[in-house]
Amino acid sequence: MTLPFPILIIVVPLISAFLMIVIGWWRKSLCYPLMLAALAVSTFSSVAILIHVMAHGTLHYYLGGWDPPWGIEYVIDPLNGLVAVIVSGISFLIGISSKRLAEKDFPEKLVYFNCIFLLQVTGLLGIVVTGDVFNLYVFLEIASLAGYALIAIGEDGAPFASFNYMIYGTIGACFYLLSVGYLYVVTGSLNMADLSKILPDLYHSKVVLMAFAFFAVGVAIKMALFPLHVWLPDAYTYAPSSVSSLVAPLTTKVGAYVLIRIMYTVFTPEFALNTIPAGTILCWVAATAALFGCILALAQTDLKRMFSYVLIAEVGYIALGVGLGNRQALTGAILHILNDALMMASLFLIVGALSYKEWPRKIDAFRGLHRKMPLTMASFVITALSVIGLPPTCGFFSKWYLVLGAIEAKEWLFAAVLLLSSLLNAILFFRVIEKAYFEPVLDDPHEGKPKEMEIDEAPFTILIPLLLLTAGVLSAGLLSGKIVSGVIRFAIPATF
Amino acid sequence: MIAFFEDVIIQTVCRILTPFIQLYGLYVIAHGHHSPGGGFQGGVILGASFILLCLAYDIKEVKKRMSEQWNLLFCSIGVIIYAGIGALCLVLGGNYLDYSRLHKILFLDPIEARSMGIFGIEVGVGITVMAVMISIFLNLASEGEHERELE
Amino acid sequence: MELIVGKYNYWMYILLMMIGFYAMIGKRNLVKKVVGMNIFQTSIILFFVSTAAKRGGTIPIVEHSSHGVQAFQYVNPLPHVLMLTAIVVMVSTFGVAMALILMIYRRYNTLEEDEILELRKQ
Repeated sequence: MTLPFPILIIVVPLISAFLMIVIGWWRKSLCYPLMLAALAVSTFSSVAILIHVMAHGTLHYYLGGWDPPWGIEYVIDPLNGLVAVIVSGISFLIGISSKRLAEKDFPEKLVYFNCIFLLQVTGLLGIVVTGDVFNLYVFLEIASLAGYALIAIGEDGAPFASFNYMIYGTIGACFYLLSVGYLYVVTGSLNMADLSKILPDLYHSKVVLMAFAFFAVGVAIKMALFPLHVWLPDAYTYAPSSVSSLVAPLTTKVGAYVLIRIMYTVFTPEFALNTIPAGTILCWVAATAALFGCILALAQTDLKRMFSYVLIAEVGYIALGVGLGNRQALTGAILHILNDALMMASLFLIVGALSYKEWPRKIDAFRGLHRKMPLTMASFVITALSVIGLPPTCGFFSKWYLVLGAIEAKEWLFAAVLLLSSLLNAILFFRVIEKAYFEPVLDDPHEGKPKEMEIDEAPFTILIPLLLLTAGVLSAGLLSGKIVSGVIRFAIPATF
Repeated sequence: MIAFFEDVIIQTVCRILTPFIQLYGLYVIAHGHHSPGGGFQGGVILGASFILLCLAYDIKEVKKRMSEQWNLLFCSIGVIIYAGIGALCLVLGGNYLDYSRLHKILFLDPIEARSMGIFGIEVGVGITVMAVMISIFLNLASEGEHERELE
Repeated sequence: MELIVGKYNYWMYILLMMIGFYAMIGKRNLVKKVVGMNIFQTSIILFFVSTAAKRGGTIPIVEHSSHGVQAFQYVNPLPHVLMLTAIVVMVSTFGVAMALILMIYRRYNTLEEDEILELRKQ
């Protein structure tokens, strides 16, 4: 198939990122429309590809005209296509809101900010679309380097947090590169489909086992899975709001996608779950992550830091779904990739709106916020209900599938962990909601009359994407049946 | 900040050697097919020629010849050449980076067009790598003042 | 004995990787951490290139006068090409690391990790 859409997803943001510097030299005001145009083309291409793939089956695109396994190919199947739509769609919405947020924080660096923003999106989309393990490493490093640069622009502790992130991230990417090297030494191929054909004869070999171990640790670092999550809270708290609303929903989800792709497509499920106990280890680690994230989030007073720990817990849910190894759990994991991206984007954009209006981020300072920014707080309530897992928001449905999967695998402990963490999330978010809605700011401490506050919402370019994301949270929940039966059912490897 | 130290011998030798170094860098880029070399290596040598001048002379002198704005532009132009050749192949009907389609513009047969296509890519890579090497060195040598002057 | 002498390239890469890893984690100065990161990445490059070597093989450049390419005469070129990319990634990461270190120095006036953590607590 020579439909050019798979390559347009990546090439348009890439060329636009560098055209932006040339155009920014000439006229600065054209940079933001160029960024939005590039992201819109990407979103349109990924939606078109998903529709094509659902109708006609897996799409292959050979780069340079060389057939695999000699050349690099881009493979889009339903799993790929769904994650590509998620990444490009959310980056488009965040791109719309990034202008005001970036203008507030660093007005003199807008051209370079837009350029690196597009490079980050290019890297993430490249990871999702490619079908070659080494090409995945290249795009992983593009996304990571752009991430380090973007996070370092933030407030006071940002460069040091970004430096820590860089040390961790480099270790993770190098471990991934080592696993690619081990697989190449043993099989002679770098193409994912080719590897999955050659590897089954070699499962007894220790080299393949080491390759799996290296890749698992490397991806766990990138995904911020429990013991290796240490870089995440600092990096995402000190990053500027325009950046954290982009990287927070997407980077860890793309890492989870890489986990699913390599664990179940390159190394077949029979190897990953039966021959070696990777599924069991992953489940235990993920369950610890889910509890740990929620408990540590309870201890935070800064809203953004609390959301970073909630993100660690959410990654734990996805990893639990991947590790349980049956159809229901994997459906829950893939659905949770979609839901969590929407929820985290909305949560971090709420923090961005608050910081734009210079409202302090400490939870204690949230009194009377529902009078000042009613729409923002309404989105917060809906997203909070989704994180807790109440119907009809999307969070309920992915947790439902995960609990069903845990019950089907007869792992009662993990089902209990999922329910307990929902309870902890409820405590977490209701704490904030109570402060914002039910504690009035008193005009005069003796009188007891609530202070008159005028509505002072964030500007439209921040508010509209936020409301769209919240509407997405609701509609992903209402349409989740269609999403599962229409897309996710085909995204799961057939051997389940 | 280290003070600028003038020495006639160093300055003269560096000034004479720099064009030869740049010529060698261009040779390495162009002969990537026939000997060890290619875009990245040639780009580093080209960048090293500017860095040699920075070491011998004051940084401001070198900035008169390669200003920061042109540095950034070279970065982007190199990548635009790379991605642009790929897009050109796309427009001419092949897959992305399928250089054999360039035979329509270059009036060669498809196999030679592949060779010329790779050469174009190497030139783009070389320009970008040169600009990035100079940029990294200027950033470190001027302790970050480099970026302040851009604003 | 065959295990040690026959596979000495793997032992070298493991040794270098562990030195780099220790430097990244154990040293307190940020520049030493970056040096350790470089050593870590270089060891992986060494591993890849050493797996490409063949006894009696020559560099993977085709001479134009030859009649055809016989693969056993040349060293495996694919890991070399992959490592070109990895070297570029290493240099870019080093550039970003240096820029970050400059920003940290401008802010805290020190490059020792424990002093920076002390200053951040205040």
